[in-house]
Amino acid sequence: MMQDWANWGIETAKRRGATYADARVMDIRQREISTKNGEVGTLLETESLGIGIRVIASGAWGFASTDRLTREGVQACAAEAVNIAKASALAKRANASLAPEEAYLDTWQNPFLKDPFRVPVERQIDLLLAADKEMRRVKGVTLAEGSMSLRRIEQLFVSSIGSSIHQIKMQSGAGIVATAFKGSEIQKRSFPNSFGGQHALQGYELIESLDLVSHAPRIGEEAVALHSAAQCPEGTRTILLGSSQLGLQIHESIGHPIELDRVLGMEANFAGMSFLTIDKLRKLKYGSDMVNVVADARLEHGLGLGTFAYDDEGVPAQCTPIITNGLFTGYLTNRETAAAIGEKRSNGTMRTESWNRLPIIRMTNISINPGKWKFDDLIADTDDAILMETNRSWSIDDRRYHFQFSTEIGWEIKGGKKTRMVKNPSYSGITTEFWNSCDAICSRDHWTLWGTPNCGKGQPTQTMGTGHGASPARFHNIKVGAAFAKS
Amino acid sequence: MNRIMTLSRRKSSTRHAQPGLETKTTVAGLESIADRVLKLSEADATEVEIGATTDALTRFANNTIHQNVAEQTLAISVRAVVDGRTARTTTNKTDDESLRRVAASAITLARNTPKNPNLLPLLGAQKYQKVSRSVAATAAATPQDRARAVMHVCRMAEKNKQTAAGIFSSGSMDSVLANSRGLFAHYEQTRAEFSVTILEENSSGWAKSNSTDIREVHADALAESASRKAAESRKPRELAPGRYTAILEPAAVLDLVGFLFYDFAATAVTDKRSCLTGRIGKKIFGDNITLWDDVYHPLQMGAPFDGEGLPKQKVLLVDRGVPRNLVYARAAAKKTKVKPTGHGFSLPNDYGEAPMNLVFSGGGQSLDEMVRTTERGILITRLWYIREVDPYEKVLTGMTRDGTFLVENGNVAGGIRNFRFNQSVIEMLSNVEMLGPAVRAAGEEAFDMVVPAMKVRDFHFSEVTKF
Repeated sequence: MMQDWANWGIETAKRRGATYADARVMDIRQREISTKNGEVGTLLETESLGIGIRVIASGAWGFASTDRLTREGVQACAAEAVNIAKASALAKRANASLAPEEAYLDTWQNPFLKDPFRVPVERQIDLLLAADKEMRRVKGVTLAEGSMSLRRIEQLFVSSIGSSIHQIKMQSGAGIVATAFKGSEIQKRSFPNSFGGQHALQGYELIESLDLVSHAPRIGEEAVALHSAAQCPEGTRTILLGSSQLGLQIHESIGHPIELDRVLGMEANFAGMSFLTIDKLRKLKYGSDMVNVVADARLEHGLGLGTFAYDDEGVPAQCTPIITNGLFTGYLTNRETAAAIGEKRSNGTMRTESWNRLPIIRMTNISINPGKWKFDDLIADTDDAILMETNRSWSIDDRRYHFQFSTEIGWEIKGGKKTRMVKNPSYSGITTEFWNSCDAICSRDHWTLWGTPNCGKGQPTQTMGTGHGASPARFHNIKVGAAFAKS
Repeated sequence: MNRIMTLSRRKSSTRHAQPGLETKTTVAGLESIADRVLKLSEADATEVEIGATTDALTRFANNTIHQNVAEQTLAISVRAVVDGRTARTTTNKTDDESLRRVAASAITLARNTPKNPNLLPLLGAQKYQKVSRSVAATAAATPQDRARAVMHVCRMAEKNKQTAAGIFSSGSMDSVLANSRGLFAHYEQTRAEFSVTILEENSSGWAKSNSTDIREVHADALAESASRKAAESRKPRELAPGRYTAILEPAAVLDLVGFLFYDFAATAVTDKRSCLTGRIGKKIFGDNITLWDDVYHPLQMGAPFDGEGLPKQKVLLVDRGVPRNLVYARAAAKKTKVKPTGHGFSLPNDYGEAPMNLVFSGGGQSLDEMVRTTERGILITRLWYIREVDPYEKVLTGMTRDGTFLVENGNVAGGIRNFRFNQSVIEMLSNVEMLGPAVRAAGEEAFDMVVPAMKVRDFHFSEVTKF
């Protein structure tokens, strides 16, 4: 039926005057489980099926979506998309134009070993409750939480240029958090990452590989120990970032500023713009020579939340060099913005949260290439620094210059050795100054493709999963401690 | 087996014509779906929540419409209770087979969970205070209506050699909550919103407003205000970071105090993750801070019942600087042996409850008076990317954005580069020197609420950015 629904939409749009039309039918199934202090919190399964139709008519864009999947419902939706496009034309300055793309007939599914929806929910709950119990065994832990999120997205993309692309993506993710309240402080530790743990385009094998139960006692103990730890010292320091924190640093200070819709002002009212104006392409020294960053949606990059075969406007997955030996070399584009800056082709980053949302430019897997350092050697090579791990808060201005991050835990490095734990570590800076201060990146052995499941953008707001490969790295002359400074 | 009782129905409902997409599901249609689910369910007890939404949003940038969307969605959410266990499943398919399947799935999920010692029986029929928040003119707005308003704003910007970006949205929603013990609740609401950023080469201004009535959303006036701010903040100068007197417009206040809302949840205090843990009854804010949760306030929006169908109460949260009360879902209330306040989320959930209709008591001073009485300070239009740094002292970080000005000797003395702040909200609400009248404000980081402009001493700006 998916093909019929899409065809009805495209045919109606063309008959109503659309010069271009595409339709996305999406069937999304989700399971959300959470536990808190020994009890099940959320237990929810959701399914959602519908169609979104995007058109160009009278030289302007229109989009409409519906879950009324009768012939009449889909045709009314397509007609409304054309009606909206014609209304858009009232405030048009130029006709919408698209970079050329070929038509594709294809079907694709990401590889996975265990369908997470076939794993009994009782087993999934038991796993979270077992980790919960281990965290609460630690005296001083006042709140133990666990969460698991499973998602299957089946989608069919059909366009008026003749594409018909069927994709199935299976995602899994889980994480645990131990919180300790004492006196006038709340401290917490998360595993394997904060804000929901690790997420990837994998089956239940991902959840099993995380081994949450084994890590639960350690994070409980660290949450409690933070209360006795010294405050992270302020000043201009050398810092080492753990790989998940570096992943978020990439997300905020590279991934967002390279979105070409931001650069061109299309997000100015909400998500903001970017300091990476067009004149900076292939001219700006974004980072030090060892900084190499790619936007890679291909399967060979890994099973990240930004992995697919085709984007949501029918463009094949690609690998785009974003920073090459420190030089800024590429944006994230779609067919419209690629045409606007004279690129021959979109690099395939249009993605949509669901059938009822317009695809917009989103990060795929934005990853830093691994360096050559072993982590222990990097510590041994560092005389005086703070190692910061696991994000606690993040903020960056609307042009992506000035950022401030804090992490859950820090460790002082003195004379080549990891010494005492410090609490409330934070650092701040200006994006290009920060990346140019990088002098060491750890090797592939320490590189993880992290999944960020909660990236918000667009109006109406859409949430998207993005991937960020990173290994621990070292940065010099970084401002540390501003978040907790009193004046 | 299901115990289906006679539902207490609404006698009539205002139905608005919906342009464009297929005719929206009527309230009777939603009731019919709820009935079918309750009949099909074999759970000990069943709750069904249905939401039907028609929304449209016209988006503009670079003085042209670049995105223009409409959606029609239906969500049917079924909660099954079986042998002291509960779980929820949701679908948007309305055929009998899908409804039967979703009801059965909820039972299967519930059976696989441990018994929930805090689970209470479903509520029976309730009485609700009437709220009227559905306006025909809003529901009837067309893409052409929105496009014409946007076109006018874009032309004004072009004429001023400025660039406009923003959104104009309109839509309506209907929700029904029913259960097998005879509870039936219905709520309908329309909403229109206009938000605009006006840009110049090195400055910008912003304004935003929303209402149930599209006729109360004045796009031209909002755009003129944003345009003026962009013009007045040209060539911003850089100021050293430090502690300054800050004059926060209502949108900026909203996005800061919005971070407090979950701290007033009884569950958050029980979980020891609220900044009010150990602070209820103690004076932690200034005398001039009084805060209510009041869904019935004429400037508020939202349903008069919570996720379990309990009527919402008006609750005094802060009385002259002293946090006095929390809000309670039924389970949290039972644990604490108090009466529930009608602020619970749909079950099952981790978070319990929260006040979602915050109303500050406000004051009588205008923004102009705040400026006039300030020797040296910072006037802030809006804030951006606010995140919690310290959850107990409630230190938040974020940036100023789209209209940040130096105030000197009682006058606005031009634009300045945007600051990063690291500021405790508790400290801020102890340092409020002047309050404006409470108005309905809209920001980007918190849900809408009724807040005043505030003049705050010693606001901590920690660093400055490049623009």
